Amino acid sequence: MRLEYFQLIDRIVDLNLADRKINCEATVPTASTIFEGHFPGYPLMPGVLLVEAMAQTSGWLVVAANRFERMPFLASIKDAKLRTFVLPGQVLSVTSHLAHEGSGYAVLNARINFDGKAVADATLTLRVLDFPNSEMAEQMRKQADNIGLKIEARANG
Amino acid sequence: MSSTFEAIANIIAETCDIPRDSITPESHAINDLGIDSLDFLDIAFAIDKAFGIKLPLEQWTQEVSDGKATTDQYFVLKNLAARIDELVAAKGA
Repeated sequence: MRLEYFQLIDRIVDLNLADRKINCEATVPTASTIFEGHFPGYPLMPGVLLVEAMAQTSGWLVVAANRFERMPFLASIKDAKLRTFVLPGQVLSVTSHLAHEGSGYAVLNARINFDGKAVADATLTLRVLDFPNSEMAEQMRKQADNIGLKIEARANG
Repeated sequence: MSSTFEAIANIIAETCDIPRDSITPESHAINDLGIDSLDFLDIAFAIDKAFGIKLPLEQWTQEVSDGKATTDQYFVLKNLAARIDELVAAKGA
């Protein structure tokens, strides 16, 4: 995770477009200014950032499913559950399943596990729109390359 | 059409916490019931699931933006029900 850049996902472990599933890895940094306030003397990964990690994971799945032609934006969070504390240094497995592709939106069931145990889950709705500009599309492609969402991966599954 | 209307009226009532008896076939989802675009995504999701279709929201929005259609054609509930019936029929054809 690069919290200062709001990049919550480190790498894509598995992408299966046939099953409409994605699995990402996200390592909580051992140090961050966020932990100075959340909380002093007892650093915890903020729950809102866990939700964001699920949203970004879901977003990459939608990006891949749309072959980088459209961009997802978080619209709704339902039934979000933060089941246990997440500590600095933990390596999280963030998964998402594309439950429904509507016209201009997608609904996904996302989950975070640590060490095989459920950490958080939520149902997310993403608006799926055209990229607002070519620069954003290009930056998304670069970031996709950085986390291992490559053309080969998009072509598979 | 009436059973379709009943289904979408129930979906709207449940999704948007609108009293069921205030929803009529003549109700305009946006102008009369005050449903915004985000709430309509939830409604569209529920309709898609209930009827096994994909409401072409983007196409409808584009047609309205282009002046080729009015919101009444898609968002007055009796018209929405008719559109859904058409989509269901097209799916089975």
